[in-house]
Amino acid sequence: MAIAQREAVENDGATPGSAPAEPYLRIIGITKMFGSFTALREVSFDIFEGELICFLGPSGCGKTTLLRAIAGLDLQTAGQIEQAGRDISALPPDQLDFGIVFQSYALFPNLTIYKNIAYGLENRHMNRAAIDERVAELIALVGLEGEERKYPAQLSGGQQQRVALARALATSPGLLLLDEPLSALDARVRIHLRHEIRELQRRLGVTTVMVTHDQEEALTMADRIVVMNRGVIEQIGTPVEIYREPANAFVADFIGTMNFLSATALGGGRVRVGEIELDCAGRGTAGNNEVVTVSFRPEDVAVRGVEPGQANSFEVRIEDIEFQGSFVRARLGQDGLGDQTLFADFSINVVRDLGIAPETTLRIALPPGRIHIFPAGQ
Amino acid sequence: MTATTPTDSVALAGGRIRPKLGRDDWLMRGAMVLVSVALFVVLVLPLYSMLSKSFEDHDGNFIGLANYAEYVDTPALFYSIQNSLTISVVATVIVITLAFLGAYALTRTCIPFKSVFKTVALVPILAPSLLPAISLIYLFGNQGMIKGALMGNSIYGPIGIVIGASFWTFPHAMIIMTTALSIADGRLYEAAAALGTSKMRTFFTVTLPGAKYGIISAIFVVFTLVITDFGVPKVIGGQYNVLATDIYKQVIGQQNFEMGAVVSVVLLIPAVLAFVVDRIVQRKQVALLTARAVPYEPKPDKLRDGLMLGFCILLSVFILGILGVAAYASFVAFWPYNLSLGFSNYQFDIMDGGGWDAYYNSIRMAIYTAVIGTVFIFFTAYLVEKGRGFDRGRTIIHFLAILPLAVPGMVLGLSYIFFFNHPDNPLNFIYGTMAILVLCTVAHFYTVSHLTAVTALKQMDAEFESVSASLKVPFYRTFTRVTVPVCLPAILDISIYLFVNAMTTVSAVVFLYSTDATLASVAVLNMDDAGDIAPAAAMAMMIVYTAAAVRLLHGLMTRGILRRTQAWRYRDSNSDES
Repeated sequence: MAIAQREAVENDGATPGSAPAEPYLRIIGITKMFGSFTALREVSFDIFEGELICFLGPSGCGKTTLLRAIAGLDLQTAGQIEQAGRDISALPPDQLDFGIVFQSYALFPNLTIYKNIAYGLENRHMNRAAIDERVAELIALVGLEGEERKYPAQLSGGQQQRVALARALATSPGLLLLDEPLSALDARVRIHLRHEIRELQRRLGVTTVMVTHDQEEALTMADRIVVMNRGVIEQIGTPVEIYREPANAFVADFIGTMNFLSATALGGGRVRVGEIELDCAGRGTAGNNEVVTVSFRPEDVAVRGVEPGQANSFEVRIEDIEFQGSFVRARLGQDGLGDQTLFADFSINVVRDLGIAPETTLRIALPPGRIHIFPAGQ
Repeated sequence: MTATTPTDSVALAGGRIRPKLGRDDWLMRGAMVLVSVALFVVLVLPLYSMLSKSFEDHDGNFIGLANYAEYVDTPALFYSIQNSLTISVVATVIVITLAFLGAYALTRTCIPFKSVFKTVALVPILAPSLLPAISLIYLFGNQGMIKGALMGNSIYGPIGIVIGASFWTFPHAMIIMTTALSIADGRLYEAAAALGTSKMRTFFTVTLPGAKYGIISAIFVVFTLVITDFGVPKVIGGQYNVLATDIYKQVIGQQNFEMGAVVSVVLLIPAVLAFVVDRIVQRKQVALLTARAVPYEPKPDKLRDGLMLGFCILLSVFILGILGVAAYASFVAFWPYNLSLGFSNYQFDIMDGGGWDAYYNSIRMAIYTAVIGTVFIFFTAYLVEKGRGFDRGRTIIHFLAILPLAVPGMVLGLSYIFFFNHPDNPLNFIYGTMAILVLCTVAHFYTVSHLTAVTALKQMDAEFESVSASLKVPFYRTFTRVTVPVCLPAILDISIYLFVNAMTTVSAVVFLYSTDATLASVAVLNMDDAGDIAPAAAMAMMIVYTAAAVRLLHGLMTRGILRRTQAWRYRDSNSDES
């Protein structure tokens, strides 16, 4: 589990020091019930200072519930939350140290951009000059110079998003909470802001929790991802870990694209799919003749320079090809696989060089190290 | 391991978390308690004392259902139920039919002058319900201008009540129907036309079902208004007794408070029933308009548009005619013997009924009601809609706020006598003062104001309060800096609604005014009672002029305030991406 390297420059709420030994935010056994429905079930993990953590999962998985529990907006039914060593489990939001950006931004429509950003500052007995200075600093930080006197409705969605971010950061909170901050934006603006928020977060070193259902967003932005499903944590890890080594079939299926084939375990790290035997490099230590699920990513299917006799190589028939832009996704079948087919992604180069076309055959290989074995029926 | 299996004993082993309350929470909860107490005092306790009174004898002993038995055995009283139901059903049928046609003309045809017709249709709201009755007497009474038109039938009785009630309930039905009919998905009509459906069939399969809930709602509103109205039958009912006038006669005429309470309970039943059924029906309503709906735009149709234009003209002539007759009558020296015009009928000070003081009292009462009522109602709606904690308490407050819609004004007024005039009540001192008139009027017209406020609050982002809390800004600051300015149009609507109703209402306050604080609407009633019908018309017209003037002023003010404070609503250009 990687800990984000900190480049903390001006984090007011943070403790000084280099290697964070103590977690900044501790989530300990959080359970949230709505009547008889369990939205969160004994969720526990730590967040370290300066990290950007993404809660990722399908809708209804409990990720927003968890964020709202951390913010003190919807109290958890049981469990403890500690922030910087302080037990904040039962505190109302106005006694907590965080800034928050909602999906809707919740900008005050009747206040100018300046007043929106200054909203939290005006309550702190700061003098006018100090507020002006801080607001100017924040406006520059999010690149909205010259827009101070406009009203939110006069800004584009992306600009409104930045105002919300500046407002949340104005009081220099120790923790920044982002609830689906980009989902209301156009795809193009979203990608741009993704990068911008990440840069800003690194620069300020503010510990950040972001809720998203968009795996691409989580993979590109997060130091670590908490994958959630039906109120429990399925896996915590860096984007690379989550993608490369999914802990279970849910994570494998939810993140990226995955082939799932039903197979029989043969022992000794080998499985049989239909009539084809595969070497799984010692993974999946299931016992003999147990039914398992074999999975691998379409882009891991090797096709260039595959020799007959090479490990896990076999002939396949190309059933059809779907053009995806920079690559094609081919559906491959073989008599030995029975009804099961598998998908493989080939770059346009490969398609051209090897003359890949429907109704032709091809020799492919599945690299043993890239095959995952999960218990069947997940 | 699914999230729904109940293994909660394990999960909650560490103990349920109890929230620690911040200063905001304490303030908010304190406000909720205060508001609940206030609503209990102005609503629940008076109604309770009215109910218990109906089970007591003159000396306050509990006598069970004896009063009710006496009521059933007194034919003069018992027949009123039938009378009330008859006129309510007839008036409802007439008003719903006319209002549907009127709303149809405004929303589904291409007739000219729609805004003129719409304004005229809403005029009756500005008049007390006594006014149409007075006009009808001038038109069809014993010395009426066009008495012959009734072909020997008397206007004093069911005919007069039905016409008068139809006049003043019409705008209420019209507003609901216009809203219901203006919500139409043009795609449905295109689909019907593409399938070759006849216009008649389209009307019955698309138009009517779409407006169904609006029509049902309008039926209940009109029925309740007519059956609980006191002004029209009081002036023109003659010997035809209805429930609302019975309460008045029992209490004011015979000082039989217990029987008044019994009739009140009887009157409460249809009102509550209509209220409950309407609530159930409305709950079934689903959003007819999806985001992708295309607004319906009527296409010209000579025959239909011609007929509808004729209908609208007739309707407007009728409404303006009724109003015009009252205005004319107020200037005539002595109908029908001396037709010279002048202001002699406006010399209220030389007549019984309260004089000009009554008029000024009404204005003061309307202003207090508008200001105090708006502040209290809006803040309470805010607590219900945006408050944190006390979920059950907030549901109760919301219920209490909806309740007044089911309580007829006569019943509320009588309840106030029983409750506030009780010698042991520490609030006894407000009896007979301006304060009790204001309290009662706010309570009487609470529901519509509350729903207006709730609708406006619901349109605000649900996270404003969360953001404020995260910025450690107390809730009352966000309330004054954001919530109130954003909801200003709705707040102004509530205040004008309260003002106009406080000016025109007579039913609740007729029991509560004192001789040193009488009201214009009550003066109309009393002058009419004393036979001074022309001055009564004059005072009724003063109410209309005032309500109209304030309405106009309100319109101008709203526009001015909106232009100054709501600049943020209008986005000018300049919204480049990224």
